[in-house]
Amino acid sequence: MKTVSLIFITIGILFNLLGCIGIIRLPDTYNRLQAATKCVTLGCCSILLGVCFHFGFSDAALKALVAIPILFFSSTTAAHALIRGTYHFGVKLGKKSVKDDYREAVK
Amino acid sequence: MIDYLSILLYVQIGLASVCLYRIIKGPTIPDRMVGIDIFGILVVGICAIISVQTGKSFILDIGIAWIILSFIGTLTLAKYLTGKKLNQ
Repeated sequence: MKTVSLIFITIGILFNLLGCIGIIRLPDTYNRLQAATKCVTLGCCSILLGVCFHFGFSDAALKALVAIPILFFSSTTAAHALIRGTYHFGVKLGKKSVKDDYREAVK
Repeated sequence: MIDYLSILLYVQIGLASVCLYRIIKGPTIPDRMVGIDIFGILVVGICAIISVQTGKSFILDIGIAWIILSFIGTLTLAKYLTGKKLNQ
């Protein structure tokens, strides 16, 4: 069981690493938010699942299991609201972006 | 085994400080907010790994409270960015 939990925690940290590379390297605010939110949410859910496997049947495992849906729904909702606010704030798209469907939807 | 877990903890703390780079250097205001949002999610991972390392379960409570406070803070900042009042 300890080995399974370590494997899950390692997978989660690899996803977090991909997200943090995205938050440094990508050229645009929208690209950064899209890459970072998906990868980091999945990585932290995987870490919490590993913690749940580590503790077995106890109160700590229940807390970790409750934290997974809270993290999943709250972070995706916050990212959606944040990217909508970013668009209304007036941040331009990057130079390599070719299509902007949301502008026609707002009109 | 515990040494491997310590390495994972240090890697996670390093990734959280990478987000601090984006908060400090972000060209626009929404970039800094993205950094704050991602930093709040990564701190939950740090709390989870510390709770495995020490064997105490109350650190997960800190993680859950951090998720909810970060959610409310990000929603408020996003509402500020759209330029409307909070009750609209």
